[in-house]
Amino acid sequence: MRQTSFKEGAAHVCFTAAAALSIVAVALICVFLFANGIPALAEIGLPEFLFGQTWKPTADEFGIFPMIIGSIYVTVGAIIVGVPTGIFTAIFLSRFASSGVARILRPGIELLAGIPSVVYGFFALMVLVPLIRTTLPGNGFSLLAAALILGIMILPTIITVSKNALDAVPKSYYEGALALGATHERAVFRIMVPAAFSGIMAAVVLGIGRALGETMAVVMVAGNQPIIPESIFSGVRTLTANIVLEMGYAADLHKEALVATGVVLFVLVMLISLLFAAIKKRGELS
Amino acid sequence: MSAKILKACTYIGVVLSVCALVGVVGYILVQGVPYLKPSLFAWEYTSDNVSLMPALISTLIMAALSLLMAVPVGVASAIYLVEYARSTSRFVRIVRITTETLQGIPSIIYGLFGLLFFTTALGWGLSLLAGACTLAIMVLPVIMRTTEEALLSVPQSLRQGGFALGAGRVRTVIHCVLPSALPGILGGVLLALGRCVGEVAALLFTAGTVAQIPDFGGEGIFALFESCRTLAVHMYVLASEGLHLGETYATSVVLLLVVVVLNTTTNAAAKKLSKERL
Repeated sequence: MRQTSFKEGAAHVCFTAAAALSIVAVALICVFLFANGIPALAEIGLPEFLFGQTWKPTADEFGIFPMIIGSIYVTVGAIIVGVPTGIFTAIFLSRFASSGVARILRPGIELLAGIPSVVYGFFALMVLVPLIRTTLPGNGFSLLAAALILGIMILPTIITVSKNALDAVPKSYYEGALALGATHERAVFRIMVPAAFSGIMAAVVLGIGRALGETMAVVMVAGNQPIIPESIFSGVRTLTANIVLEMGYAADLHKEALVATGVVLFVLVMLISLLFAAIKKRGELS
Repeated sequence: MSAKILKACTYIGVVLSVCALVGVVGYILVQGVPYLKPSLFAWEYTSDNVSLMPALISTLIMAALSLLMAVPVGVASAIYLVEYARSTSRFVRIVRITTETLQGIPSIIYGLFGLLFFTTALGWGLSLLAGACTLAIMVLPVIMRTTEEALLSVPQSLRQGGFALGAGRVRTVIHCVLPSALPGILGGVLLALGRCVGEVAALLFTAGTVAQIPDFGGEGIFALFESCRTLAVHMYVLASEGLHLGETYATSVVLLLVVVVLNTTTNAAAKKLSKERL
């Protein structure tokens, strides 16, 4: 009997310790990121770092404002491309598709979600960039190319989460609408979609998070000039790209400035997660 | 009237989504399949044959190592959350918040952390081990969440049955609950495997880009501290060199193939799970 209770106790401790490890991981990530990034922020000066317009590590000028704006532009572009397409696809899959069509499309969307970002990046590099170069102004490496490929990359996230939200709307809503004389289309767009609104918003926020954090596909096609783009055909550098481009050879203050770029990105992503959590909570309440 | 227009929009949306899928996958296949030659799978990498074999094997080792670390921890934490903890306790709340945080962190931040912690602070250098540890932290929340969902879907009666037969909590969990949740957990593991296979940003500065299989035969355990590149990193390096486009396409075909196999297995596991429920 005593042996059993010892076993129980040991198992309990092991399981608890495992659960505590994720806390340790987050703590370590925060400590190492902030400990290596904050000194640079202090040395460069927070306003100069956040709002400085020039990024010239060789001249000790570290302003990441163009990259912050770049990340925002690219993300907004991805949202413009991916969100309407994704939401309409989700509505179709949830309410208009015959079960046969849905059965064919589902693995397709899973495949879209599983394709590694380098493959997307390479596709954009070989197809979108030359296409933009030949038909539109600029050399092809552009905000537009990055936004297009990111828009495709966030599609599966938007589709899956929105579809789940639509599927979760109680059937009685739909039946009630039909009983009041609404057509199938009206019931879907006037009743079901508004009822799933918070879930669809959550999908959009998740998509924003993914677009903001994406690195490899953007690096490959965005051109990466550290200046605020003048048009959608100019090159752009995002926060993520800034880190991955220069981390390989950076040293001293330059390296710390790159870590500080990571800190800014981390804080931005955390804000988005908070927004996501708030939307989810509101959805659960209503 | 407006509802009709919106309905038309859903059709346009689907057509666009399908075009994106068919465009990306089709183009890669058409361009890549002709380059799937035996020399691409040669044992040694040279700048002539740009063989993907070393990268493929490194990927397997890297993914196995990181799953070896992440799966036990992830499954154990999920067991704690579902079977042991009271959901109102502060500890559980903090664990949930940190898991959600881990899930939202972009992979480049993991790469940055791996560089600062494993590679620099612990002095492991660019190595297989540093890369695997970084990936393990990255996929931990994936495994935790899917295992949690799998455990929650196990009917309460199985637990009650275990307790009624006089089994303790551990025994009930291991013999009654886990077997029934296994397909769901497997799905999570495959999802995590998919992320390991496709990851680049987290590995570039932790595992490096050396195109060789770590020499476990010659160096034994110390091969863990050798740098190596996974298939996705290999592809990124090839794409940025821009010298072997055909081979790069072929490498993407292999990557796509891995993803398809993983997805199919996951679906099969999920199907098995839902069949057993009926």
